[in-house]
Amino acid sequence: MYSVRLWAARHPRIFEVAYNAFHPVLTRLQPVWKAMGEERSEKVVGKVEQLSKELLFDCKMCGQCILSSTGMSCSMNCPKSMRNGPCGGVMQNGHCEVKPEMRCVWLEAWEGSQKMRQSDLIQVVQTPVDHRLKGSSSWLREARRASQPQQEGRHE
Amino acid sequence: MSSATPPTPGTHDGSAALPEARGRLEQVLRAGNFAITTEIAPPDSANPQDVYDRAAVFQGFVDSMNATDGSGANCHMSSSAMCALLSRRGYETVMQISCRDRNRIAIQGDVLGASALGINNILCLTGDGVQAGDHPQAKPVFDLDSMSLLETITGLRDKHQFLSGRPLSQGPNVFLGAAENPFVPPFNLRAMRLAKKVAAGAQFIQTQYCFDLPRLRNFMHQCRDLGLLEKCFILPGVGPLASARAARWMRQNVPGVHIPDAIIERLDGAHDQKAEGRNICIEMIQALQEVEGVSGVHIMAHRQESSVPAIVQASGALSDRTPWAPEMETEPLASTATA
Repeated sequence: MYSVRLWAARHPRIFEVAYNAFHPVLTRLQPVWKAMGEERSEKVVGKVEQLSKELLFDCKMCGQCILSSTGMSCSMNCPKSMRNGPCGGVMQNGHCEVKPEMRCVWLEAWEGSQKMRQSDLIQVVQTPVDHRLKGSSSWLREARRASQPQQEGRHE
Repeated sequence: MSSATPPTPGTHDGSAALPEARGRLEQVLRAGNFAITTEIAPPDSANPQDVYDRAAVFQGFVDSMNATDGSGANCHMSSSAMCALLSRRGYETVMQISCRDRNRIAIQGDVLGASALGINNILCLTGDGVQAGDHPQAKPVFDLDSMSLLETITGLRDKHQFLSGRPLSQGPNVFLGAAENPFVPPFNLRAMRLAKKVAAGAQFIQTQYCFDLPRLRNFMHQCRDLGLLEKCFILPGVGPLASARAARWMRQNVPGVHIPDAIIERLDGAHDQKAEGRNICIEMIQALQEVEGVSGVHIMAHRQESSVPAIVQASGALSDRTPWAPEMETEPLASTATA
């Protein structure tokens, strides 16, 4: 929902704190997710993730969430799927050239990021979206990654 | 070109780190000359003569021509074909790649092909949305964005590998450009976004139309504070406005174009609005030469291409330099030999 999404991006600290508290729990439960099997854990955790993030952020379940780097404004709501900042077509009133009724997702992201502790994460260049991951759970992926500290970083 | 040593992997610094410039545009910029680039509009035709005729208008007045890639999401001859045709005649071109129409498989293949055809320069763009053009029914691709496109081509060039990691026997030896628009929100993010583009591999920057000098100065100050002026060449976009009406239309309808009221009022009050539009452009080029960190200008004179030589001449931006033209074939690159 647009109004909830705007609210979330304007109060990103709440979600940063909440996620930082949630992340270790998610990681500690990794043996549980593993025992459940990939398919079942995806079904359960993925559904919870989808419902909550859809409500809060208009999440598109890209499967490679970067909300923490984008001021809690979901960049997949950008009609050009920009993952690295606003395009050059932002209107003078700050709205989107493709959807003039919507404020630029990256304006929300920039303002949101400046309210967060990790405000400089927005400067990291994001790799292209892996379209295979669409619909899968970022939470489970993150839990798997965090519980294997020696893993190499990027999947691209 | 083919004899050039590949650049050191991981260096994106266009000014000093590279052993050899890849083309005349890079040579001119690295020699510290004020560079002039322009936009050449691809024809709605399959006739190569149309391309040559359009290029002839600029010759001797510009260092390079950008062949646009479906600009404004309108369909025209492809940028790669335009550049390939022009490079056969010896012209220096900038091929533009927009992420709107092709995915990463097509784009990487095009980059290899372009380099094989003798294209030295590539400008990486996200592209206008399809709603802006003559085929609003089309599927917008946007598989990459301008930033990941830069990283992808940097990988092809410096790491000699596709995005997938599969190796290349020879990478494309290209000078990489990107666009920036300092004239639209979020103003305080624009320089930082440029820093991100430089980190992703951008070596030269062409901006959207500059009609607002204070905004550009502010942007350039921010770039300087971020240390970007030593890492990339910045060429602000300029162009002649045909009339006050045209300016109003552009401001309303072309995404990303910002024209202050003062400019439109000045056009409104002029006897000959077209001449006044050219004067504004000339004054802007002259003013830009005084701005720290500006390495040249990118002239976009849509439907006024024939006015470009006079504008360049009147601006004095070339000093006594004459950019390469086909009739100079006997002594190419002479002016940069001392650089």
